[in-house]
Amino acid sequence: MGTEKIKAAYDNLQTEDVLKKAKELGLDNDTLVNMYRTMIKIRLFEEKADQLYALGKVHGTMHLSAGQEAVAVGAGFVTRDDDYLLNHHRGHGHFIASGADINKMMAEFLGKETGYCHGRGGSMHIADITANNLGANGIVGGGIELAAGVGLAVQMQKTDQLVLVLFGDGATNEGIFHESLNMSAIWDLPVIYLCENNHYGMSAEVARVSSKVPFKDRALAHGIPGYFIDGNDVLAVYEFMKNATEYTRTGKGPVFIEVETYRYFGHSKSDRNLYRSREEIEAWKKRGPILRFEKLLIDAKLINDVKVKEIYQDMGALIEKAVTFAENSPEPEIKDVMEWVYA
Amino acid sequence: MPEITYRGAIHDAMVEEMRRDKRVFLIGEDIGVYGGAFGVSQGMLAEFGPERIRETPISEQAIVGAAAGAAMVGMRPIAELMFMDFVLLAMEPLVNQAAKARYMFGGKAKVPMVIRMPSGSGTGAAAQHSQSLESILMHIPGIKVVAPSTPYDAKGLLISSIRDPNPVCFVEHKLLYKIKGEVPAEEYSIPLGVADIKHEGRDITVVTSGIMVQKSIAVARKLETEGISIEVIDPRTLRPLDTDAIARSVKKTGRLLVVHEAVKTGGWAGEVMASVSESPAFDYLDSPMRRLTGKDIPIPYNRNLEAAAVPQEEDIEREIRAILNNQY
Ligand SMILES: Cc1ncc(C[n+]2csc(CCOP(=O)(O)OP(=O)(O)O)c2C)c(N)n1
Repeated sequence: MGTEKIKAAYDNLQTEDVLKKAKELGLDNDTLVNMYRTMIKIRLFEEKADQLYALGKVHGTMHLSAGQEAVAVGAGFVTRDDDYLLNHHRGHGHFIASGADINKMMAEFLGKETGYCHGRGGSMHIADITANNLGANGIVGGGIELAAGVGLAVQMQKTDQLVLVLFGDGATNEGIFHESLNMSAIWDLPVIYLCENNHYGMSAEVARVSSKVPFKDRALAHGIPGYFIDGNDVLAVYEFMKNATEYTRTGKGPVFIEVETYRYFGHSKSDRNLYRSREEIEAWKKRGPILRFEKLLIDAKLINDVKVKEIYQDMGALIEKAVTFAENSPEPEIKDVMEWVYA
Repeated sequence: MPEITYRGAIHDAMVEEMRRDKRVFLIGEDIGVYGGAFGVSQGMLAEFGPERIRETPISEQAIVGAAAGAAMVGMRPIAELMFMDFVLLAMEPLVNQAAKARYMFGGKAKVPMVIRMPSGSGTGAAAQHSQSLESILMHIPGIKVVAPSTPYDAKGLLISSIRDPNPVCFVEHKLLYKIKGEVPAEEYSIPLGVADIKHEGRDITVVTSGIMVQKSIAVARKLETEGISIEVIDPRTLRPLDTDAIARSVKKTGRLLVVHEAVKTGGWAGEVMASVSESPAFDYLDSPMRRLTGKDIPIPYNRNLEAAAVPQEEDIEREIRAILNNQY
């Protein structure tokens, strides 16, 4: 395998061929539109979260994923409800794509008792354990630490579930990355490592802090199949994720997928964007995942301008409802602060 | 004297030591153009260049390991960890290598390094970015633990830490970065291991550190108007701990309250109280020694819960009144 990115198969295809390919992947027209709708939901959710933060309603910090929606949706539409998700700090999109209740998400951001973690966790530690969503993580590489163990449990319990672990390019430089990959490889654990290469870990540009790129080569070094694909092409993400799950679910072991994408907002709230130019950000926005998919669906006549507007309105309304729910929810009670330290 | 911030004081100490001593360099994540997660190293890349403002991948174990390795062979690294919580990823090079090299090699090695780490809650960063782990670090022979509470102390103690021939963990409470205080323009340093009386008093000794010093001083000033006289002692260095200064104050006041943000169980308040129990100062106590600490929980996200998890001024005031009234 070369170090070249695998070209999005869809870029050079005629619209009808893309649709044919999508059908082969099991994506009917409704599902395609639904994927688009979910991408819009994520984008509007992130924009709203940003506004709430600016208004001082969100405590602490948060990491927005606008620009990376194709990864969340491409992966989230493949995995099963009973698969395990190990999310990272920039994981709102993955949470939403895996079917989370945005009311409870919004409530968690506002620190309310009705939030997923009863206001104890916030954006960086949001989880839905009962739905096998094992949480976002404030520690870079935190999910990677847990992934092999969750995979081991699945293997020992002899189910056909799998583990999807998400992390950024930056996390691949933590030592645990190699320890986890090695362990999954020697035991053929059912883990899919999905690396969102958005070009920066905070201000650190990938090439400056990484000895060998693309990162999938590091997976190959551990004997794990590794792919490097266009992460702003939702169908490409879907296709590689689908193949990966089929491979992994049948006990063949871990797979590593690196997707190339870009984050629009600053890293977090302390970011003054000094390490990248406005032009660079604008150029990526022009190639953004939502615009590209929207164009395809319009060309294929699956949606039109009216439908697009309607989808934006519907998703916007859902998000407003979530904000209202969160704002009207009660605060946790101080008397309960000692609860849940031990089981 | 000019007034500068705590952040500025740390920045200035690093800059002055780097100008003075070519062996000193800064190593850590996002310390260049970004200026560090809390802006402490802003502008340093422009003056010293990427060789000495050494930006790393996100690799805490490698950062502390590299600092220890460089220190053993003649350099004087300052490692910046983005949050104190991440020292947990680097415990192996810190505890099994840096802390022990001198002793196990028969006094022949030296590891002159500083690890700077922002600690504490109050920013809404929740459980994994808000811890006060100084008690864990204090447990390790071979490392020193410094925790300044004012800009003046921050600069003077950081200069001494950089010049110290041992690994020093330098704990910076995040809520202190913005506070201002007088700092001399001329060079000075503060020796490690020497406590400071932040507020003189007769009725009760409050031993405290970091952000809790600021809170305790505010309470001392408030209660002064009622004729309650509180002595606030800031050890400044938690290891080695200036137990003599603490004992002296307890002999004078006859009462002791220890306040820290770190959780209670295994927290360093116990160490302070044990040192008094073991000393002649014990005979001077008029009431049981007490501690007011963070609750034994991870730091919660919700604003109100977060505030409830650690001592606030009202809590310190209530506890002091209770001790003085013999109500515990
Ligand atoms: C162990 C650890 N080190 C450092 C940090 C601070 N930090 C949070 S996110 C981040 C950048 C992560 O980059 P990447 O993994 O590429 O993800 P991205 O933020 O780009 O999505 C850093 C340095 C942390 N949270 N945990």
